Amino acid sequence: MALLEVNNLSISFGGLRAVDNFNIIIEKGELYGLIGPNGAGKTTVFNLLTGVYKPNEGIIRLDNEDITRKSTIEINHSGIARTFQNIRLFKEMSVIDNVKVGLAERFKYSALEGILHLGRFSGVEKEMDDEAMRLLKVFDLGSERDVLASNLPYGKQRKLEIARAMATNPKLLLLDEPAAGMNPNETGELMDTIALVRREFDMTILLIEHDMKLVSGICEKLTVLNFGRVLCQGETKEVLSNPEVITAYLGE
Amino acid sequence: MSFLTYLINGLSLGSIYAIIALGYTMVYGIAKMLNFAHGDFIMVGCYIIFSVSGAMSGNSAVGIIVAIILCTLLGVTTEFVAYRPLRGASSPLAVLITAIGVSYLLENIALLIYGADIKSFSSVVKWEGLSLAGGQLQIQGVTIVTIVISVVILIALQLFINRTKQGQAMLAASEDKGAAALMGINVNRTIALTFAIGSALAAIAGALLCSAYPSLSPYTGAMPGIKAFVAAVLGGIGSIPGAMIGGLVLGIVEILSKTYISSQLSDAIVFGILVVVLLVRPTGILGKKVQEKV
Amino acid sequence: MNKQTKNNLITYGIVIAFYIIFEILILTGHLSSHMKGLLVPMTYYAVIAVALNLCVGILGELSIGHCGFMCIGAFASAFFSKVTEESLPTAPRFILAFIIGIAFAALFGFLIGIPVLRLKGDYLAIVTLAFGEIIKNVINAFYIGIDSNGLHFSMKSSMELGMEKDGNIIVNGAMGITGTPHNSSFTIGIIVLLIALFVVQNLIASRDGRAIMAIRDNYIAAEACGVNVTSYKMMAFTISAAIAGAAGVLFSHNITTLTASSQYFGYNASIMILVYVVLGGIGNIRGSVIAACILYLLPELLRGFSTYRMLIYSIVLIVMMIINWSPKVIEWRKRTFGRFSFKKAGAKEAV
Repeated sequence: MALLEVNNLSISFGGLRAVDNFNIIIEKGELYGLIGPNGAGKTTVFNLLTGVYKPNEGIIRLDNEDITRKSTIEINHSGIARTFQNIRLFKEMSVIDNVKVGLAERFKYSALEGILHLGRFSGVEKEMDDEAMRLLKVFDLGSERDVLASNLPYGKQRKLEIARAMATNPKLLLLDEPAAGMNPNETGELMDTIALVRREFDMTILLIEHDMKLVSGICEKLTVLNFGRVLCQGETKEVLSNPEVITAYLGE
Repeated sequence: MSFLTYLINGLSLGSIYAIIALGYTMVYGIAKMLNFAHGDFIMVGCYIIFSVSGAMSGNSAVGIIVAIILCTLLGVTTEFVAYRPLRGASSPLAVLITAIGVSYLLENIALLIYGADIKSFSSVVKWEGLSLAGGQLQIQGVTIVTIVISVVILIALQLFINRTKQGQAMLAASEDKGAAALMGINVNRTIALTFAIGSALAAIAGALLCSAYPSLSPYTGAMPGIKAFVAAVLGGIGSIPGAMIGGLVLGIVEILSKTYISSQLSDAIVFGILVVVLLVRPTGILGKKVQEKV
Repeated sequence: MNKQTKNNLITYGIVIAFYIIFEILILTGHLSSHMKGLLVPMTYYAVIAVALNLCVGILGELSIGHCGFMCIGAFASAFFSKVTEESLPTAPRFILAFIIGIAFAALFGFLIGIPVLRLKGDYLAIVTLAFGEIIKNVINAFYIGIDSNGLHFSMKSSMELGMEKDGNIIVNGAMGITGTPHNSSFTIGIIVLLIALFVVQNLIASRDGRAIMAIRDNYIAAEACGVNVTSYKMMAFTISAAIAGAAGVLFSHNITTLTASSQYFGYNASIMILVYVVLGGIGNIRGSVIAACILYLLPELLRGFSTYRMLIYSIVLIVMMIINWSPKVIEWRKRTFGRFSFKKAGAKEAV
């Protein structure tokens, strides 16, 4: 059974069909790439999957559950976490607190216990700290736990964003251009991080990327979008050798 | 007949709100900031007219011209010193709080110079007005002048924005500052020009406001300023016809509710309308919808 | 003991030390009666500054109508105290007055929060101002009296109440409530301040507080992390209103005639509190307390200064905002002082 199954997904803004009849099937454990020229509708697909936009047509199923009309929050609770093209961290909060925001759905105590610092508060906070540190160490951010997120260098901000997404314990992780703005060195490190996330958490990942080296290096399957439509879909190698794809990328 | 009189009074007050709201809406449209001190520019204008007219033994024409010039300078200076440094600040609250600071500063400077006691302002409109329907319907001169001036300003602004290069630059900068700059528009100068026009309008509004309600104190401009902002929001911020409609609606509602419901509650009703409108149409009557890009 | 706990304890310590110093000054007769009269107002301004900072600094929404919630707390509790003055002993009555004042302010915070929190930025600010003015105006039009038949209510005049001869007007329109028992004291004010600090500081260091700050920093990312943005905003706003209500209870039980006047409850008063919050550091709870105390007492201590007080405050406010928030100035500071060494004083870590 596929983890994510999207059928006939479409959305229009004004007269423009930004995403038109989009289909995708992602199996558990896959690392899937969504590529395409600028303005092809890749981020719009992410926004549809995470409930930021509501589609005009189509069905999105996650783990056999229909999440099409759910809110962003509910979709996160159902098991999709994401990062953003332009990094969106909680800038004025510490690194560990960023992760603990992501953990909050799994580690609970009542607001009253929180305000009085009584009852389950201390125990749960301790568990959250431990879990957050475990995550941060995976992403090599352990020594920066008390640094303000905005003070982290760029590459580490990307990592923290992934760590925060992982903290929500997703079934599917969406990465929106994780290598944007990175130099080749940092991109290499990022590829290692993504590989690590798969290994460590047995995670299914869908990523948007422009960096062909990264895409061909780690993705098993690809979907190419062009003008909001699926141009080509399948194994990475086949897709990248498809003449239509080459035309779309390089022009006539 | 008395209803008609109140309606006309409301129209007149609404015209004043509209002129102030035009300044608000232009500045908001282009600089994306709520110039909380805009109402205090009105007060500054009034004090200038008061002082100059006093010195010139009652010649208010000179007073008005001086007030327009000085208010324009004040607006441009304020923008340059206090607001421009905060353009692009990470929190949108920064420039709003600064504007509140400017508002306080102007009020307290006026307090130091003129004291807290209320000055009686002699109307800049000397015309007695009309007496219609055999004296049953009295319309004051200042009421008529106010309505006429607001219409003239509205038309002039529309022409300026749609027909001149500077006006088009303003439109462009309010849509997208970055793109406007790439098209060779000097965004800083365009914003300064907007402040200049808005502040000049504030001076005119001040002259009319104090002519209709002849008591002047350091806080004269604050409440009309806020209500004019309410009017601008009501009409749809950034929209010039919207400011006009919003101002008129607000003025009429205020006068009618003062007359027929309760003078105590009229402000509550005015603000209540703002709340209701923002809930039903968060962008106001003529405003455009904007969604944040994810 | 972690850094946060330590920081919180320092804040309580400062407040307690402050209290002890003033108590000693009172006992040794070094405090004029004029100064003594300033102590309770100082505590309620500190309390409402803490409340406003929760809204502005932690939730990240600018409210310029917070004195409206203080007004509700003041009137609800004063009304209760007037009605029950004969029938209840002081201590339980005053405690109940606090509960009622806080509950009413929280209720209105909740009700007003529903529409207000759907808006953003400038719109939100202007609507809080609108609500503050609405509250003030509506209370000014209230007439409530009590006689042997029970409560009478009117929004026209005290004559409209139609009361029996034994009747007693409690809320008299714009004349407000007269003769609320003077139960507030410096000690009680300090206790309320400590409780307010306890609630806000603990909240910030909890799961819910982190969610609230996450919304402040980036609500889109917060939603994507599963944070229920609407309910956390409501929670922060309601708690903030409730604390402002507590300040109102202190206020009304310290004044002979309580009126919903602009001087105390208008938007200018709210802006004054905002000045305390900004100068103490947005998001810095301790800073708000210190700023409120100093800025309230200073002009009273330096006679003659008070004419220039607001002038100086406004200039300091503008300068502070530019220094702390101007992108150019921040860049210059980073260049000059290095990347990590200079962090905004009001930032979250200082809380």
